[in-house]
Amino acid sequence: MTGIRTPEQELARFRTRLAVAGLVSLLCFGLLAMRFFYLQVVRFDYYSTRAEDNRISLVPIVPNRGLIMDRNGTVLARNFSAYTLEITPSRVADLEGTIEALSQLVDIQPKDRRRLKKLMDESKSFESLPIRNRLSDEEVARFIAQRYRFPGVELKARLFRDYPMGSFGSHIIGYIGRINDRDLERIEDSDDAANYRGTDHIGKAGLEKSYERELHGTTGFEEVEVDSGGRAVRSLRRIPATPGNNLILTVDLKLQEVVEKAFGSRRGALVAIEPGTGGVLALVSVPTFDPNLFVDGIAPQDWDELNNSPDHPMVNRALNGAYPPGSTFKPFMALAALMSGKRTPGQAISDPGYFDFGGHHFRDDKAGGHGTVDMYRSIVHSCDTYYYRLANDMGIDLIAQTIGEFGFGSRTGIDIEGESVGVLPSPEWKKRRFKKPEQQKWYGGETISIGIGQGYNAYTMLQLAHATATVAAGGVMYKPHLVKYIESARDGSRRMIEPEPLKTIRIKPEHIETIRRAMIGVNKEGTGTRAFAGAPYLAAGKTGTAQVFSLKGAKYSSRIAERLRDHALFIAFAPADKPTIALAVLVENGGFGAESAAPIARQVLDYYLLGKLPAGIAPEYPGAEGLTGDVAGD
Amino acid sequence: MLPVTSFRFDPRKWLARFVAPLDGPLCLIVAAILGFATVVMVSASPERLGTLALNVCVAFAVMWVAAWIPPQRMMSIALPLYVLGVLLLVGVALFGDVSKGARRWLNIGVARIQPSELMKIAMPLMLAWYFQCREGVLRVRDFLVAGALLIVPVGLIAKQPDLGTAVLVAAAGFYVLFFAGLTWRLILPVAVVGVVGIASIVAMGDTICQPGVEWPGMREYQKHRVCTLLDPTSDPLGKGFHIIQSTIAIGSGGVFGKGWGSGTQTHLDFLPERHTDFIFAVLTEEFGLVGALFLVILYILLIFRGFFIAAGAPTLFSRLLAGALALIFFTYAFVNMGMVSGILPVVGVPLPFVSYGGTALVTLCLGVGMLMSIQRHRRRVGT
Repeated sequence: MTGIRTPEQELARFRTRLAVAGLVSLLCFGLLAMRFFYLQVVRFDYYSTRAEDNRISLVPIVPNRGLIMDRNGTVLARNFSAYTLEITPSRVADLEGTIEALSQLVDIQPKDRRRLKKLMDESKSFESLPIRNRLSDEEVARFIAQRYRFPGVELKARLFRDYPMGSFGSHIIGYIGRINDRDLERIEDSDDAANYRGTDHIGKAGLEKSYERELHGTTGFEEVEVDSGGRAVRSLRRIPATPGNNLILTVDLKLQEVVEKAFGSRRGALVAIEPGTGGVLALVSVPTFDPNLFVDGIAPQDWDELNNSPDHPMVNRALNGAYPPGSTFKPFMALAALMSGKRTPGQAISDPGYFDFGGHHFRDDKAGGHGTVDMYRSIVHSCDTYYYRLANDMGIDLIAQTIGEFGFGSRTGIDIEGESVGVLPSPEWKKRRFKKPEQQKWYGGETISIGIGQGYNAYTMLQLAHATATVAAGGVMYKPHLVKYIESARDGSRRMIEPEPLKTIRIKPEHIETIRRAMIGVNKEGTGTRAFAGAPYLAAGKTGTAQVFSLKGAKYSSRIAERLRDHALFIAFAPADKPTIALAVLVENGGFGAESAAPIARQVLDYYLLGKLPAGIAPEYPGAEGLTGDVAGD
Repeated sequence: MLPVTSFRFDPRKWLARFVAPLDGPLCLIVAAILGFATVVMVSASPERLGTLALNVCVAFAVMWVAAWIPPQRMMSIALPLYVLGVLLLVGVALFGDVSKGARRWLNIGVARIQPSELMKIAMPLMLAWYFQCREGVLRVRDFLVAGALLIVPVGLIAKQPDLGTAVLVAAAGFYVLFFAGLTWRLILPVAVVGVVGIASIVAMGDTICQPGVEWPGMREYQKHRVCTLLDPTSDPLGKGFHIIQSTIAIGSGGVFGKGWGSGTQTHLDFLPERHTDFIFAVLTEEFGLVGALFLVILYILLIFRGFFIAAGAPTLFSRLLAGALALIFFTYAFVNMGMVSGILPVVGVPLPFVSYGGTALVTLCLGVGMLMSIQRHRRRVGT
């Protein structure tokens, strides 16, 4: 291929090759230049953005959660700053070993371990999860000294939610808890997703849940320049978080305490509403629970205890428990009769002690009957026969229609979740409720016991109190609400929750007057007399006893298992001429309403109207002022 | 009067003797590149400026010495240097230290050396010497011999494995063969096969980059490098990270750059090896397209000065050596800039005169010194 050539030929070929090499290298550099042009000019915007994204990291600043206070300013929910020890499971090779080593430094209970295990099941492995909360200063110091031994374990200063009143009002306040997958889904579906970056707790129940938007606040951001390892190099811009708004409730915590103490170890519920505004003064469900247990993930043991208790402390009986109203239903039946024109106040019946329906005797609780009974006496003495007959005369459709006017069988729209609809019995309801055709049929006999608040009747105490308040307010129905106003944490401005009239029931004032007089009579000469003896104010009331278990003629005695005893109920409003409070109270398995429910109502009214506290309740919360002092975010 | 002055110290005369072996244009070009490199290094890694200055001094000394050595002397050391290099490579293969999965270093007691680095210069020297010996009687057979001389060390280096250096050494040898007149009938088919091969790898990247597919003659990490180049996003936090971050750095630099010391990619630790193999990304991020083209122009000037020297060189040996050295500079520059900008796989090739690193700088300056020597002695040997 390379024959012998002259040096000139050699040189010429060499120079040609040099030219080729020069061309090729120029071509290659041209290729590079094109690549640079493409990257730096054509795609400049793209890479520029990529570079910006690279270096600026937005670090969310979690806002302080709003406080919750009762109408008198007693703090029910607040925040405090403390240290928590968090562990990122994915970054720890030997989790058990690490926890074991940590427990040499800080106190880690088996309870804490179980909670971590539960949290790990609920969350992703790269999330940092608390192993111990609220470390003492000494523990913090011990951990810091040994920190190098624990990669993947971090000490974090965080705001903790604290419910200083413990179990008082816990069914109203609810609690916050760690955001779980379901919450996350909901957040991501809403337009709030950005606002929850950095937040790891969310309202789970009660006001904490329903007013989550107000309480949460607006997350701030810090623009931080970071290196590729994510370490912050310097801060570029800081948009502070806007703290959540404070809730000031219509609830009087003292009243709440009076009620909860009055129940003692009994189970039950009480709802007190301010007629004419719908403001809820007390909403009690006993037994209660300590919301503080939930804040950082409830320990499985505590959860089992709460969940498996036969007393069901987690159930909000006032909202979610539907009970037959018993005789407290009678004033509403009477009103329905007046409204529908089926009865006049003076129209009287003769009570033989039973009502005969097709050969079946519906018995009155007083053997031999009450004699001649008009509407006033039917309420004062709680005459069943009067209402058996009334129900039969009205028919189920008319009862359902008129009673429904008072809000029975529909949600009141109160500003916390978990409200039950209850059961307003009607042929339609029965069709919806049952599947088999023979069960779907409404029998005439079923209408009779509806008249005395038994049968399929089932309402919540909220509905009962709501209906009572509506009557007390002359037929104007206000939406019940727990929050009085929302206070901006920034400038202290207040946003009042205005009373929201839902409707005015078409009812003649003299009809309401009839019922009012009769209910006053209950406490003066009827079933409530003993409980309201010596009350300096005029209180309207009605006792009720709801059957849990049919005695089938057997005599009622203390030997009957406690859980099978009747529920005791009482409704009241006072002062009767110008009511400022209306209430409904239920004592589960309390027996006669007059005996166990009415005295609780008396204590509530005594405190609310007279400021009289039962023995054993201090007028002020000791140390409450001091406690509010270190509230973070204030 | 005159004899008296001749004994006196005359700075001008000393300076004249000092600069005598140096080639003005080459000095200017290399100084410009080094100056630019220093400016970039101030931003990329200011703490290394002291060592950089020392490296430059040593490299300059090497260059000056090389420039003093006449091409004839170079010819006489070509064979011993080559033999030494091959022996060391064999030594590495037998007794070398393993580091990062590759056997590249040889511990010779006082220091650990990387014989492959030596081969970058020894290879073109050897081949140029060989062709010089065969001048006038060049046969096909000689190209086969030259090919064998090339294959042995390249094979040893590739087996270490150090694909980057192997490619550079092979390229250096090939350039000599090319300038010596290797027939186009051999070059063109290989070039075509190469282009087609690369094109098909790019086209079939998805299939052949599947895990488990073994590439004949290549280690897993080499396959990974190529595959990462084809799709950097396949491994954004691992191997692709370097390419992704350096392309971001280059692209975000725009036409005029972010300004000296203002490269966010550089200063926020996103760029890997920012003072060595990836320093070009720092340069382009801070000085933009303008800075990149400025450097490219400096390299073109350097290479073409080399070609110019080669064209005027008196002997076959000096012609082949000068042409090969110029193309070696080109190869370094092109491969480095190509890999940093994401069109070539990441191989450990420094950016000539810019990347921090004493060995590479010394090797390069040795090459420049050889070019200077060839230029200086162009008339000493008659044609």
